[in-house]
Amino acid sequence: MNIFGIKLPSMSSLILWGILWEIVGRLKLTFFLPPLSEVFSTLMQIGTTKVFLKALTETGYAFFAGTFIAIAVGIPVGILMGKSRLIDELLLPWVNMFLSAPLTALVPVMMVLFGFGMKAIVLTTTLFAIWIIVLNSRAGVMHINRSLVEMAHSFGASPMDAFSKVYFWAALPEILSGVRIGFIRAVKGVIIGQLLISIVGFGALFELYSGQFLMKHFWAVLLVLFGISFTIAEFLAHLQRKVAYYATQR
Amino acid sequence: MSNNTCDISNDNYAVTVRNVYKSYGDVKALKDLSLDFPRGQLTSLLGPSGCGKTTLLKIIAGLLPADSGEITVNGHPVTGPGPDRAFVFQDFALLPWATVLRNVAFGLELRGVSKSEREAIAEKYIADVGLCGFENSHPHELSGGMRQRVGLARALSVDAQVMLLDEPFAAVDEQTRRKFQEDLLNLVKHENKTFIFVTHSIEEAVYVSDQVAILLPRPSRVSEIIKPEGFRHKDADSIRRDPEYLDIVDRIWSSLRTYVE
Ligand SMILES: Nc1ncnc2c1ncn2[C@@H]1O[C@H](COP(=O)(O)OP(=O)(O)OP(=O)(O)O)[C@@H](O)[C@H]1O
Ligand SMILES: [Mg+2]
Repeated sequence: MNIFGIKLPSMSSLILWGILWEIVGRLKLTFFLPPLSEVFSTLMQIGTTKVFLKALTETGYAFFAGTFIAIAVGIPVGILMGKSRLIDELLLPWVNMFLSAPLTALVPVMMVLFGFGMKAIVLTTTLFAIWIIVLNSRAGVMHINRSLVEMAHSFGASPMDAFSKVYFWAALPEILSGVRIGFIRAVKGVIIGQLLISIVGFGALFELYSGQFLMKHFWAVLLVLFGISFTIAEFLAHLQRKVAYYATQR
Repeated sequence: MSNNTCDISNDNYAVTVRNVYKSYGDVKALKDLSLDFPRGQLTSLLGPSGCGKTTLLKIIAGLLPADSGEITVNGHPVTGPGPDRAFVFQDFALLPWATVLRNVAFGLELRGVSKSEREAIAEKYIADVGLCGFENSHPHELSGGMRQRVGLARALSVDAQVMLLDEPFAAVDEQTRRKFQEDLLNLVKHENKTFIFVTHSIEEAVYVSDQVAILLPRPSRVSEIIKPEGFRHKDADSIRRDPEYLDIVDRIWSSLRTYVE
């Protein structure tokens, strides 16, 4: 963004929205929106409490375990679908269905299958993140230049080599964008899991604060969550830019 | 199968193709095609677009199975790709995420050669094709002609006896193309390999080949084999003005022109 010829750093519009928030908050129009500065000072207070740190670790654990499974399973499955017509025909309808399904409605099923503990929350996170990762990895492989595949074949590449030295790298730009969207969906998944399955982590804090109308606390936790997912998304966008130079010519 | 006559011919011919048929569904690409490729020489496959040149080359490479017929390389029947053949692709087929050095060494990497060894070999061929100083560049930083040099160096570095080139110069400009043709003649002279070279340029075929095989349009078979011999010893410039060269170009054109339009 350029204003008066000065190049502003990306996302500087956030500052504008922050100021607006502060003004609206100070006008005391609604209890729902306390001034941003007070939210921050609340964050400073609760940020070091045991309750908060425990919630942060619980949420972080579920989030990273869930996305790890989504990536470790989703990328190979997507690549296999891109490589094999048969596997693709078998799995594609399911992937498309889950991609557009209202996954929240499936969370009770997760509870029945995996109980009321951490396991169900982790797998709910996976459930939210995995489909877009599968679909993007598949699309990445389908984009591969045929002659790259033939080249590897003609020099005697083993299936494993072809997979790890050609298919994976050729599909990497799409894979990364799938992972980025997957992470964003996982944030949603982990919170929904924590709200519906067992009241732990940030889900528990949301429940507690909104139930008692502690809006400053509520917003403080939300800001932390936003900060985390924003950082991860930006990091992945950065990785994506690193491979962009070959995304256009494969 | 391997009687005496067969063994003798195998000594003279690096690659033999016997009665090969190939269809894509209803499209008959090759029909009863037979052709021999003399060892240490360059044979070009010349024919109108869509006549099955790439198909034949990929069958020899082991990338495509023939419907029937027999292909041998150094007397061994072809069942798939092998270390005795190396392919140069029309669209280069370089790994866009890898450096020139890794691309050139990639054939050796897939064959399990150790890193230091394969990079030493790759360095040599990078120098041979005139890309010194570009070892750490990526393909997108190179011109089309330079990219094809990388593809050529990669094929040379695995040291296969048979080089398969599918219209390698089609995507480069005319000046570069002429330079490449001269380089190719030098390669044939010094590398002691058998070259099979697909082109649809008559001039190019006559200029670089020891033997030109003219393919008829689908379903394709060899209609004529021409061996330009008289001007092989001449230097690069005078070939293009040699009467025999011009004669052969004319002759091929008149036999192909009936199929154009
Ligand atoms: N994968 C395929 N599926 C169906 N038909 C194919 C396929 N590949 C080639 N063909 C057909 O087979 C015929 C021969 O194709 P091929 O690519 O070998 O021709 P070519 O001589 O290399 O042509 P060009 O000079 O245009 O490269 C063409 O008519 C083409 O349409
Ligand atoms: Mg072709």
